[in-house]
Amino acid sequence: MSKTYYDPADLRKFGKITEWSEDIGNKFFDYYGKVFEEGALTAREKSLIALAVAHTEQCPYCIDAYTKDGLQRGVTKEEMMEAIHVGAAIKSGATLVHGVQMMNKVNKLDG
Amino acid sequence: MTKIKTQSLHKRESTLAQSKRQLEILSNGIFQNGELPTFKSKISETNQFPLKAKKLEILQINIGYMCNQVCEHCHVDAGPDRQEIMTKETMQQCLYVIKNTGAHTLDLTGGAPEMNPNFRWFIEEAAKAGIKDFIVRSNLTIIRANKKYYDLPEFFKKHNVHVVSSMPHWTRGKTDKQRGDGVFDKSIKALQELNAVGYGMPDSNLRLDLVYNPSGAFLPGDQASMEKDFKKALLEDFGIQFHNLFAITNLPISRFLDYLIASENYEDYMYALVEAYNPSAVANVMCTNTLSVSWEGYLFDCDFNQMLELPVSSKIKHISEYNEELLEGRNIVISQHCYGCTAGAGSSCQGTVA
Repeated sequence: MSKTYYDPADLRKFGKITEWSEDIGNKFFDYYGKVFEEGALTAREKSLIALAVAHTEQCPYCIDAYTKDGLQRGVTKEEMMEAIHVGAAIKSGATLVHGVQMMNKVNKLDG
Repeated sequence: MTKIKTQSLHKRESTLAQSKRQLEILSNGIFQNGELPTFKSKISETNQFPLKAKKLEILQINIGYMCNQVCEHCHVDAGPDRQEIMTKETMQQCLYVIKNTGAHTLDLTGGAPEMNPNFRWFIEEAAKAGIKDFIVRSNLTIIRANKKYYDLPEFFKKHNVHVVSSMPHWTRGKTDKQRGDGVFDKSIKALQELNAVGYGMPDSNLRLDLVYNPSGAFLPGDQASMEKDFKKALLEDFGIQFHNLFAITNLPISRFLDYLIASENYEDYMYALVEAYNPSAVANVMCTNTLSVSWEGYLFDCDFNQMLELPVSSKIKHISEYNEELLEGRNIVISQHCYGCTAGAGSSCQGTVA
């Protein structure tokens, strides 16, 4: 057993999840592959979205994967950082917008 | 972050300057302990071993390792300190073959081929052979390196040379990181000068293609998408036009191998190449229709094998003994670097192959 929770080499083994549940595992990878195909959004745009979400989800495997994917697509480091700020803005905005709920509650209980 | 070196591996007396050491690295470790399959075993899975040379279509001649740049990824280990230059005598032997070959493409490379003192004479003579596609691989900055090269765009035009030039990115930072400070600005200027004489314009017969190879330890993206992005950015930012973009994978040899090892990316990169292995690319790898000639006139299956000093598997070893029929059908010499040409959509000096 590994002494750490995350091992970069585990990313290469992602496909092995099908070994213990082949049917739904394959369905997931088919879906995953389809999602990232060129569509109404370009594959490049999807890659940047994935990078931003990888950060908000704080998934180290996804961060490695979509940083490399972005580089392969010619995405610049400035574009990557801006994408992450979009994720960060939504994440912090999502936190702060709940402040309204707090304010509502305070006003109801102690207004 | 690595900083670009200003000397070749040879000048630095690096052990990686020796092809034997490079081949050892490519055969040991993860390929020796079975963690990854060797290229031979991989192509054997689809009964594609041994790879056989087909009819010759492209004659690629390396007329010297001297270059005005010291690019981080260079598989030739070229640079200003390299003195290996093809002599006029060897060029004459090449010309005899050029005039008699059935190949439709002549591809001159280096180093910076323009730095060979007999470059112009060779171009003038080779152009007379009337080969369909006559390529010169120009690094672009040579056109701005010295006033004796300023007229190269006109010279290329006069002989209807097909110019193929490296351009790793449409941004300054990524280009200069790989190819050296100031390379981007000089390359842009050179491209504008090539455009000015008609190269790369949409309806022009003066072909100008760009070569994209990744600036780091990752594989190239989709060639068509990259071409679209390059065209948009270069046109909008600099008014530059070109015909096609060739996306080429960096092969793990020479300076790129040195970079992979120094940056601790070697194993991950080899994994990426093996995982991206595409059996349908194998049938069209360039070594099956190309012959590479070294500055000394020796024959190799490709420019990469030339740098690894892996000669053709044939009793014909030198351009002076050239015999197209005897070379056809030879077994291609392979090692693990060949995974670079079979990853994804495949890779060759003419871009993707699958």
